[in-house]
Amino acid sequence: MSSKNPVRTAPHFVAEVDEGGLGAVDAVRVSDRKSNLWLDAWRDLRGRWMFWVSAAFILFIVFVALFPTAFTQVPPNDGCMLSVKSQEVADSLGVPIGTRISDHGPLPGHPLGFTKQGCDVFSRIVHGTGTSLSVGIIVTVLVAVMGVVIGAFAGYFGGWLDSLLMRLGDIFFAIPYILAAVVIMSMFLHERNIWVISLAIGFFSWPSTARILRSEVLRVKNLDYVMASEAIGLSKFRTMFAHVMPNSLAPVIIISTVGLAGAITAEATLSFLGVGLPNNIFMSWGNDISAAQNSLRTAPFTLIYPSIALSVTVLAFIMLGETVRDALDPKARATR
Amino acid sequence: MIWYIVRRLLQGIPVFFGSTFIIFSMVFLTPGNPVLRMFGDRTPAPEQIAALEAKFHLDQPFLTRYFLYLGDILQGNLGTTYAGQSVNEILARTFPTTLRLALLAVVIQLAVGVLAGLISGLRKGGLFDNVTLLVTLVIISMPVFVLAFVAQWIFGIQLGWFRPTVGAGAPWSDLLLPAIVLAGLNMAYVVRLTRASVIETSQNDFVRMAYGKGLSRGRVIPVHILRNSMIPVTTNLAADFGILIVGATVTEGIFNVPGVGNELFKAINRGDTPEIVSIVTILVIVYVLVNIAIDLLYGVLDPRIRYVK
Repeated sequence: MSSKNPVRTAPHFVAEVDEGGLGAVDAVRVSDRKSNLWLDAWRDLRGRWMFWVSAAFILFIVFVALFPTAFTQVPPNDGCMLSVKSQEVADSLGVPIGTRISDHGPLPGHPLGFTKQGCDVFSRIVHGTGTSLSVGIIVTVLVAVMGVVIGAFAGYFGGWLDSLLMRLGDIFFAIPYILAAVVIMSMFLHERNIWVISLAIGFFSWPSTARILRSEVLRVKNLDYVMASEAIGLSKFRTMFAHVMPNSLAPVIIISTVGLAGAITAEATLSFLGVGLPNNIFMSWGNDISAAQNSLRTAPFTLIYPSIALSVTVLAFIMLGETVRDALDPKARATR
Repeated sequence: MIWYIVRRLLQGIPVFFGSTFIIFSMVFLTPGNPVLRMFGDRTPAPEQIAALEAKFHLDQPFLTRYFLYLGDILQGNLGTTYAGQSVNEILARTFPTTLRLALLAVVIQLAVGVLAGLISGLRKGGLFDNVTLLVTLVIISMPVFVLAFVAQWIFGIQLGWFRPTVGAGAPWSDLLLPAIVLAGLNMAYVVRLTRASVIETSQNDFVRMAYGKGLSRGRVIPVHILRNSMIPVTTNLAADFGILIVGATVTEGIFNVPGVGNELFKAINRGDTPEIVSIVTILVIVYVLVNIAIDLLYGVLDPRIRYVK
């Protein structure tokens, strides 16, 4: 054997890496700034005015939701009055005693006027922020967790589990989630609260997240680092949670931001239909819009102000979602 | 093609069973006795309860009741409302109106949406494009009932161009405003999809080739660009339909259109659970069928889909 393959002793002339032009190509520039998907996305986001405007507005909304009393001292529900009864109130509002307050326009201390029940419109909007935002966040987290876990198991383990989970997704997808929520909420007539309505909305909206995550997992699971982690003996679960899932999350973040806007809309729609949160306990923009519809001709502002609050909040989340999508998805950038 | 149709229809069967099963389970799992709920505050005699439980098969086990419910649906018997009206009759009376409203909405949505998307896609970055993007963003962020009220207030009450609510017999002219609102929901998505798709298609070699061999814009844009850009828009029609169903419920309620959505809207307001469940079941079945129909249409448009194993 050795006679057939003699050890090469002849000197062979190969240029040192440094000498050739290839050195510059192969070299890893350690001093260069780090780069990965998230850092690139952040650099992209930093330069967009739409990102800063929507992010600032969302922070503001969160602040309003956490500290509503910093913005208004007027209670949203107590002290509502159809007409001015006492001299003391009449003096503070600057109107004669006996004035009808129901659907009345702005008065001192009440910048946006009064609802049909004589409650302060501005205060109800401020106090309704928390409801919308909590439902939005709970639904989004619920949908993201269900979608990610189901999608990851289906995509990574494949086989019969994949078929089963995805057919289940088809079935849930076949029921428009607002209709399902209508059925659930009309069942829970006496137990309506933020958790029930969030579950009602979220329980039927996970399939789209699961589908997106699954297709992303299918792409990621054939990459080298996944094979490497299996090769060094990591269990399938460990590989899935430590390597596959984190690298498949970008599309879920995009769909979740827009989904948050969708959840806020869904809560308002359910409240509008009359199967949302009870309006004597929870302030909800949907409830207020619903209650104001009979005053559309006489006092349109009672309907328009909460509608503006709702639409602008939804707009902020959609704008954030779009900028995040553009930053995370280079393909979306091409058609911008 | 025939196998593609058969396979797609077969795939619809588990979805049908699954979705009806879920709706049924939700009703079944509701806490409290439904018979007692029918009586409201009064307490019925035990014999009365037993008789009603037997009548509605409430004394049967879960699966038996599911199959009884499924049998009723398949035989076209949708039960009665709390007030004793037949849901079949209600649907027969209201369905044609909803169909007209939905058709009008889809026509408006496609005509305006595709045209606007095409123009902004061809003139990417232009004034029209930027204005359209802004308008679609605003429309997307307005929930359907806000959109409906704004339209009703501006065009119905302030300007007086349309009747704010639909009159008897629901003539086409009265349906126009609710249809525009309903179309507005999906129109924004149609515009954006068409635009993105037109931009992507325009960069293809076959488009450059078509211009290269001397074809006019008047031929390249409709035949080569638009036709190839319609596939994503068609696929999205299926998802649009779900939005359309919910949108119709709200829009019909607000404009008082005598359609299925309005019946559902009123049933929800009355808390008439049997009617809500019957109408939702029918809507879900229609949704599943429409999805299958759109998939078949998609197979016609794009031959590649048919041959995927």
